[in-house]
Amino acid sequence: MKSIHALLVVSTLALSLTGCTGNSAKEGDSKDGGELTGKLTLTGSSTVAPLATEIAKRFEELHPGVRIDVQTGGSGKGIADARMGVVDIGMASRSLKPDEADLTAHQIAADGVGMIVHNSNMVKELTRDQVIAIYTDKINNWKEVGGEDREITVVHKAEGRATLEVFLTHFGMENPTIKADVIVGDNEHGVKTVAGAEGSIGYVSIGTAEADIGAGVPIRLLPLGGVEATSANVGSGEFPMSRPLNLVTKSAPSPLATEFIRFCQSSHVHDLVRSQYFVPVARETDVAK
Amino acid sequence: MLGDNLPAPATNKVQRHQSREILTATAVWISAGLVIATLVWILTDIAVRGLAQVSLTFLTEEVKDAGRAGGIGPIILSTLLIVSVTLAVAIPLSLATAIALTERIGQDTWFARNVRRCLDVLAGVPSIVFGLFGNAFFAITLGLGYSILSGGLTLACMVLPILIRTSEQAIAAVPNEYRYAAAALGLGRTAALFRVILPAAAPALMAGVVLSIGRALAETAALIFTSGYVARAPESLLDSGRSLSVHIYDMSMNVPGGGSRAYATACVLVGLLLAINATTELLLRLAGLPTRTTSGGRT
Amino acid sequence: MSRSDLTLKFVSRAMAIISAAIVLLILGFLVRESEPALRELGLARFFTDASWHPLSGKFNFTPMIAATLLTSLGAIMIATPLGIASAVFAHFYAPPLLVNWHRRLIELLAGIPSVVFGLWGLVVLAPLVARMGGSGQNLLTATIVLGLMVLPTVALLSDAAIASVPREWIQGAAALGLQRWAIVVKVVLPGARRGIGSGVMLALTRALGETMAVLMLAGNIVEMPKSLLSPARTLNANIALELGYASASHRSVLFVSGLMLMLVVSVIVVGVSRRKGPSDAWR
Repeated sequence: MKSIHALLVVSTLALSLTGCTGNSAKEGDSKDGGELTGKLTLTGSSTVAPLATEIAKRFEELHPGVRIDVQTGGSGKGIADARMGVVDIGMASRSLKPDEADLTAHQIAADGVGMIVHNSNMVKELTRDQVIAIYTDKINNWKEVGGEDREITVVHKAEGRATLEVFLTHFGMENPTIKADVIVGDNEHGVKTVAGAEGSIGYVSIGTAEADIGAGVPIRLLPLGGVEATSANVGSGEFPMSRPLNLVTKSAPSPLATEFIRFCQSSHVHDLVRSQYFVPVARETDVAK
Repeated sequence: MLGDNLPAPATNKVQRHQSREILTATAVWISAGLVIATLVWILTDIAVRGLAQVSLTFLTEEVKDAGRAGGIGPIILSTLLIVSVTLAVAIPLSLATAIALTERIGQDTWFARNVRRCLDVLAGVPSIVFGLFGNAFFAITLGLGYSILSGGLTLACMVLPILIRTSEQAIAAVPNEYRYAAAALGLGRTAALFRVILPAAAPALMAGVVLSIGRALAETAALIFTSGYVARAPESLLDSGRSLSVHIYDMSMNVPGGGSRAYATACVLVGLLLAINATTELLLRLAGLPTRTTSGGRT
Repeated sequence: MSRSDLTLKFVSRAMAIISAAIVLLILGFLVRESEPALRELGLARFFTDASWHPLSGKFNFTPMIAATLLTSLGAIMIATPLGIASAVFAHFYAPPLLVNWHRRLIELLAGIPSVVFGLWGLVVLAPLVARMGGSGQNLLTATIVLGLMVLPTVALLSDAAIASVPREWIQGAAALGLQRWAIVVKVVLPGARRGIGSGVMLALTRALGETMAVLMLAGNIVEMPKSLLSPARTLNANIALELGYASASHRSVLFVSGLMLMLVVSVIVVGVSRRKGPSDAWR
């Protein structure tokens, strides 16, 4: 009995204590001239999060006094958190919308979006009109576009996803007109769905698709408008369907945040960008250095 | 009760009873076999795809290249810390609640009924709502931030219904004779509870704890918004830390080419679960208690 | 009553109140977050709008409510017989050597993350179901996997409930010459009814609350399901899918669906506890 009592007291105490210290531990800044210190928190896009984590790790190695915590949760959360000042930097895998003009976007990489089909599918290319017809359920058999006699399973993304917006903008479609058979959340979910059903078609980040094809997943990227869907073509700007990966801040970020963003945009991290299957963007700041 | 079920002694029924016996036995064996077969199927699937990657370095090394290289050392540490926080809060809370519901208040009072209802509703809260609540309450309102503490406390709320329900049943399953005997010996209710009833209920209580640990280890959605995504070894309970299941989720659904690492992590998680189960059994044996709920039914 | 007894009573009651208060805290949080949407749109529009297209201002929840109930009830219909059977198996049919292994496996099943269930469903089960046409991501696949996921809850709670049936009943029944099946069906299961019932209840609420695996397997199309093979989206999956990407007003609507889910659960819980009534009394 007594021991339970004691345990309760201790745990309540511990709770209230940590509650008090929680805030003070967070602060810190880069005031002391040369060496950067302090803590940065990033939240947002699950697409950008792995890349940001890797860059943060390298940044921490260069500046041992700095701690960078990367959280995930979606582009919407990143933008909302950055706007409310809950975090220092938000991550978004799309450009800012007109009603987000109070924020500043800093592009750190680019990512193409490509159409994928199952590897066994014989169709080599789809025209713009064919894709639109497939996604609006006007065509629902592969034989109508030169393939086998097999029903088309349309894989689509959930509302609000950056890849979905890029897809809709590129093909000039409205989301309510689309008749999908499966709606997926994450890129890998889309890839696994297409890999699991022979008659399916979907669209994912080209980097993701390339990585999975490399790992032996039975999917294939379709060219778009005659341009092969490859990271190289996204980098050269030839491939038409792509999106920026952004870090988002309020107009006046802290010196530490500014320094980190500059680092993310520099050529020092291009190998990391490539290792996460994204496309580095050349920046004027690089040239200046 | 038993009187209604007395079989008529007529011999012409014997054959029908015999066939029913066989039928029931077959049905039970098939069902149990089906469950076990599916489970074995899932486990083999995980093992085949992941076990080859599991090694000592995988268990201890840091996460590299977004998880595609290196190991999961910091993630195992974070997971253990989160589960410890969860249990440290949930066990005393649920035990006390279960005691209040069984030993003190009786079944049909207004109080017990409503506490139970609340808990049943709590059991149905979607895990993602727990995550959002934990984020708003523990992380922001209480100022704990994305931290192991926030995550552990959120999970504690989440496993509470299971833990209370199993504790309640464990306590209720202790035969009343124990209580009468304790009373006859002049033990107060408190003394009887702590010296007689809880020890007798310990194995079943432990089964509840194991079930809750399983639930806590399995949780993803609630943790992404509370304990977070940082894959670095935590230095204190106020640091953010990624749990095994969040890592599995990230590897399988978010990181291209992370599939085999996801399966390897799942193997580790299953192994961890086995280790925890075995440890509880060992602890019970060391304490001189029966290791499992004695099957009252074995004839 | 001695002093320590009073302390125990006080402490345990206080703890019970804290445990119960958590649900009110969560409810309050949901109400606060969903208030803007409720005030702006009213409740009726969530049932009368043409479809679910939150970015175009259409917010119909009905197909998702139907899908949530269908998958959960389906899962319970799978988990209940199998779960009870596996508890009965452990107590009456399994050879002594198997009993421990069987329990350990069931406990293991309880700890497998929903992502892993989802992954298995996505990579192994869905392609099998896809042979019946479509993508294999539909109500059927989601229900089967959900059933498997909540099965340990039914099995372990039934196990405990059967263990708490007084030995004398069983020995008495055996002495009366009842066969094993009759003892199980007529003595043990009725005796363990309450415990099994609460296990099924808990499993049902757990099924209603499950998110990730269903999200990965149900196909997530917001349409009234026409058959077991049609894709569908549950309320939870909807929250998980859209929340991270939602703007302020859309977010508030998603909280309304969370609130609605909790209300559905509450109605079921209260309904079941009312119906069980006083017969529920502890032996």
